[in-house]
Amino acid sequence: MFPYIIKRLLQSIPTLLIVITLSFFLMRLAPGGPFDGERKLPPEIEANLLAAYNMDQPLFMQFVDYLGGIAQGDFGPSFKYKDFSVSDLIWSGFPVSLELGMWAMLLAVILGVLIGCYAALHQNTRWDYLMMGGAMAGIAIPNFVMAPILTLVFGVYLSWLPVGGWNDGALSNKVLPILALALPQIAYIARMTRGSMIEVLGSHFIRTAKAKGLTATKVIQKHALKAALLPVVSYLGPATAGIITGSVVIEQIFGIPGIGRYFVQAALNRDYTLVMGTVVFYGGLIILFNLVVDIIYGLLDPQIRYEN
Amino acid sequence: MTNSASDAVTSSNPASLPVVKGESLMQDAWRRLLQNRATMISLMILAIIVLLSYLGPLLISADVDEIYWDYMGVGPTLEESLWFGTDYNGRDLFVRTLYGGQISLSVALVATAVSLIIGVAYGAISGYVGGRTDNLMMRLVDILYSLPFMFLVILMMVVFGRSIFLIYIAIGAVEWLDMARIVRGQTLALKRREFVDAAHALGVSDKMIVIRHIIPNAIGPVIVYVTLTVPKVILLESFLSFLGLGVQEPMTSWGVLISEGTGNMESAPWMLIFPAAFLAVTLFCLNFIGDGLRDALDPKTR
Repeated sequence: MFPYIIKRLLQSIPTLLIVITLSFFLMRLAPGGPFDGERKLPPEIEANLLAAYNMDQPLFMQFVDYLGGIAQGDFGPSFKYKDFSVSDLIWSGFPVSLELGMWAMLLAVILGVLIGCYAALHQNTRWDYLMMGGAMAGIAIPNFVMAPILTLVFGVYLSWLPVGGWNDGALSNKVLPILALALPQIAYIARMTRGSMIEVLGSHFIRTAKAKGLTATKVIQKHALKAALLPVVSYLGPATAGIITGSVVIEQIFGIPGIGRYFVQAALNRDYTLVMGTVVFYGGLIILFNLVVDIIYGLLDPQIRYEN
Repeated sequence: MTNSASDAVTSSNPASLPVVKGESLMQDAWRRLLQNRATMISLMILAIIVLLSYLGPLLISADVDEIYWDYMGVGPTLEESLWFGTDYNGRDLFVRTLYGGQISLSVALVATAVSLIIGVAYGAISGYVGGRTDNLMMRLVDILYSLPFMFLVILMMVVFGRSIFLIYIAIGAVEWLDMARIVRGQTLALKRREFVDAAHALGVSDKMIVIRHIIPNAIGPVIVYVTLTVPKVILLESFLSFLGLGVQEPMTSWGVLISEGTGNMESAPWMLIFPAAFLAVTLFCLNFIGDGLRDALDPKTR
């Protein structure tokens, strides 16, 4: 197991390097410099600005400097938010985004698995059709449509919950964003759990377990669930990516001060360093989480043995 | 083949057995598809949406940015046949929804085609050549797989400006990975079959074997995957447009309209509801069609 973790860690380094390289050179390909305004700057001031942002050196040296900075957790200064470094902005938004994402993920896994199991155990009944219809809707309706609808219903018409804002993380402000973020993932996980549960319930070892006289609850708890959850575990990687991507719109819609909101603002303002920093940060996060998921999967599935 | 086989059966036992007509895999799939009610209804609704989007604006000869000065931000009304109401600039929302549909659907078509071409070519070559090349090519796919693609697309939109062609290419360029994997898997299985050996023996070049024999035989799973790619692509485009990074004024897409609707949903909910409904129904239909095709084409689910 341990050599496998090391190997996977080493494998994720080139991936991360590709993310950094791609975003760095894409940004430098952009037509027009970051300091092009309506008024042409005097050459001395422009030279000073370029020097301050380390842009007066050859491209390759800039790249090496940027890499060195990232290795120390420094993403450089933000172009648009003066006096702030990109790392400051990322770290100020991260706790908020993390909290939203964690709750959404937790909700998605718990509800998704429960709904999926229920539907599988009541296959082809009314409840099964109802739940899978709901799951289909959850997949088909994107979260940037779902979020406004939720706000309209619960925030505007019923006025149970605030329509937006963060309010220092008050619970009532968190409910709708978390729900909007989790719904598509609940739908995916429910469908996946139902499918694998049905498959597992038809397999031989379940028949054996039933034949030796175990109660239905025991069969599901001790035998079926673990096997049926394997695809769900392997889906956690894509689910993380989905929640991170989703958080970008959700934070925008609800006006939540997380990384996603900074990212969109930066993209619209052409704040190059901030966009780059966020892409690299998210990339690292997704790669890290994929690694964790793979390791958990290896621990759970006895059919997978990691050898060199 | 099938005819002579059934002839033989009837001649040996002329009285009892009925003549069994052979059925090709495609005929069988088509029959199963026709029996799937959800899929057929979805196909019809989708056809209506497509026809409306492309023919509607022609029939009522309306422009995407025509302004009704007397009707600014009014709800659905029959006057002037403003069925979906207008936005706060006085533009007919029905017409804008249809034009938005044109953009969303065209992105779906072109971006999917781009991903199809890259994915099929890449997968077929990787699988057919095999060995070290295959290993290298698939390792590259693995690496690309773990990239945060949504963010790279946004990065591209920021860098190169927001043009519709870039959306086509950018989305197509990120959605081909699954396709490449599927086609490679098919190719690996197909290239050991006798008809490929026969083609070799006849002196057909590798290139022609891949184009004429491998790719047409791998088409089943590819069709299914294409129908599942289309809704993803539509979603991606709307996502970008929603954030203000996609299609630019005066052109519009469902994502742009939904974004405008979200901003005004308290005072003018119709601005959100109609485009959102069009997008959701389209995605629904495409998902159902994809599911139906998979059931029809995959012999394992029988």
